[in-house]
Amino acid sequence: MNLPATIRTRTEAETALIEAFDATEHLLRGACDLRAAAMAHFSAIGLPNRRVESWHYTDLRAMLREAAPIRAPDSFTLARAHELLQGPGGQTHAIRLLVLNGAYRPDLSDLADLPAGVAVTSLSDELVAGDPEVLTALVGEGQGGDDAVVALNAALMQDGIVVRVAPGAEIERPLALVNMMSGGAPHAAFVRSLVIVGAGARVRLTETTTACTPAATQANEAMVLKIGDRANVDYVTRVFAQGEGAIAVHSLLATVGADAHFNAFCFMPEVGLARRQIFARLNGRRSNVRFGGLSLLRGRQHADTTLVVEHVAPDCTSREFFRHILDHESTGVFQGKVVVRPNAQKTDGAMKSQAIMLGDDAVMNNKPELEIFADDVVCGHGATVGQLDDDQIFYLQARGLPREEAESLLLEAFANEALDLIADEKLRARFIDDTKAWLAQRGAK
Amino acid sequence: MLEVKNLHVSIGDRKILDGLNLTVKNGEVAAIMGPNGTGKSTLSYVIAGRPDYEVAEGEILLDGVNLLDMDTTERANAGVFLAFQYPLEIPGVATMTFLKAALNAQARARGQKELQTPDFMKKVRDAAQKLGVKQDMLKRPLNVGFSGGEKKRMEILQMALLQPKLGILDETDSGLDIDALRVVAEGVNALRSKDRSFLVITHYQRLLDYIKPDTVHVMARGKIARSGGPELALELEKSGYAEFIGEAA
Ligand SMILES: Nc1ncnc2c1ncn2[C@@H]1O[C@H](COP(=O)(O)OP(=O)(O)O)[C@@H](O)[C@H]1O
Ligand SMILES: [Mg+2]
Repeated sequence: MNLPATIRTRTEAETALIEAFDATEHLLRGACDLRAAAMAHFSAIGLPNRRVESWHYTDLRAMLREAAPIRAPDSFTLARAHELLQGPGGQTHAIRLLVLNGAYRPDLSDLADLPAGVAVTSLSDELVAGDPEVLTALVGEGQGGDDAVVALNAALMQDGIVVRVAPGAEIERPLALVNMMSGGAPHAAFVRSLVIVGAGARVRLTETTTACTPAATQANEAMVLKIGDRANVDYVTRVFAQGEGAIAVHSLLATVGADAHFNAFCFMPEVGLARRQIFARLNGRRSNVRFGGLSLLRGRQHADTTLVVEHVAPDCTSREFFRHILDHESTGVFQGKVVVRPNAQKTDGAMKSQAIMLGDDAVMNNKPELEIFADDVVCGHGATVGQLDDDQIFYLQARGLPREEAESLLLEAFANEALDLIADEKLRARFIDDTKAWLAQRGAK
Repeated sequence: MLEVKNLHVSIGDRKILDGLNLTVKNGEVAAIMGPNGTGKSTLSYVIAGRPDYEVAEGEILLDGVNLLDMDTTERANAGVFLAFQYPLEIPGVATMTFLKAALNAQARARGQKELQTPDFMKKVRDAAQKLGVKQDMLKRPLNVGFSGGEKKRMEILQMALLQPKLGILDETDSGLDIDALRVVAEGVNALRSKDRSFLVITHYQRLLDYIKPDTVHVMARGKIARSGGPELALELEKSGYAEFIGEAA
């Protein structure tokens, strides 16, 4: 089956990744079998490329010229991380849980603030302990199992955060998972986190990638989210690959129980090359899930959102709503697949992707798909790619607004309608400000 | 003072204004009447600076300065205000936000200080109350889901806030019931002053019962076909535009 993969030559990056695994295997703690199997899968298929359907528009094999090494933080980085966390950018109303260069750092996390009902441990500790619950949960239900980047993450996962939210717990303050990298010189981090939300629990999660110093970082992050029956989970990710040549791939593997609410949003401003992939499975009846996102791209930036939402159980509702603003020669990708399994009668699904193109050379690739195996369902999708409306701009200019300001106002409105999906007001306000700053930079050029 | 001199305008291959001449003095309210499709809206758009029109010949002077040398924003800042026949909906932009952006932009362009938020709010609330614009409308996205009448009131509200030198009202009466018409007309009348001019475009005489024009011009075939005083409007009410359409045939 993998014949073509075995006969083609490996790229330098592929070879480096495989060698990195062999060289660091003794440093990667626990889950030896799982890692070995994942690495075997990766070496058989290699990096994703145009011929892999789900990666058609993001040829990682061509784009990843060199696989950067994994790096431990040095004394400079540690001091810098401390400084950043104390600074205004690090101030947050959330409870911060920090991973630095791929290693969970209890010393830089707000563990003292953890409320009752939340338990936090390190993934590598859990893997060493070999807790079967964790080992099983960690691979989800095999979703994304074929994906080379997910496999690479499983093989090389250095560490991550394991969060257990007790059944019925109502967690007021958001939990903020921060994946910080040193930056400076190019380096890679492989992080996998696991959040198990008990039945009837309510929790808000945020997840951010950041670098102490902008650089060509390579982040491979995976989040495994198990949402119990009647749970209510709000989850906001900010994929942020700062710096020229930075690459980030973030994979969400989610399973949702019955009568649950799951609201996930992903903000991708200023990314070098970023891919957000979502593998979500609705296993229980009457659940309600919503996936949203906003990507702001300029220059030659490239952002890809690819999702597979599987309705396994009946009576569930899913909504997908993604917006892109594309300036210059940037590239946006939205591939959304909603699968309705034979049992999933009364599924209600709606998927929408909208893009505004500012640059003549910008490209938006939309590929919404429905795969429906049940007969009593309501599912639809729509994708639009357009420019700013000249009549609206004329109207605003006729009231005295300079053209750039008129454009910014319209773009801000377009962006805000996506950001409105974020439940956490403070976080939404912060992203609105980030969007304004992004637009202001556009005017300044 | 507005002076339109020998204005020739086309869209694509289609000639719409064909040597139009018109003068509106300071303090004057000029009504422009005429059959549908003669180019009344075109004239208002060209004065406001909408792109896509090709001006082959002519001048549009506001207090002696040629508007045709300016872009839309500059014209607005020079005091041109167009109350649109079909006001645009701007989803996602709260009406208040928009009003503030417009007021501040014009203040900045004229080297004036931007209004402080409380002063701005008070100003808007007062103007809104006079025009029967409900407070909750100000929080909604601009014109989105507004009725035809609400949109027209919102245009006049903007004009009241921006205090232009030249106010152009393009069929502000269409879509208004009689009560709304009265409120809107009062709003316009309150703005009449000796150094402000108005161009009131309408298809019907009805609006002119409430906004009494100083001069009335009939537009047909891309030109001013006849000019006169308020009595011309009454005459047209009886005879209709047949005479002018006939000329065209
Ligand atoms: N964008 C356009 N493209 C082509 N023709 C147009 C356009 N806008 C208006 N016209 C035509 O120009 C003429 C004048 O239109 P308009 O100025 O709207 O007239 P009025 O306001 O007097 O009813 C009409 O025949 C109309 O069909
Ligand atoms: Mg018209």
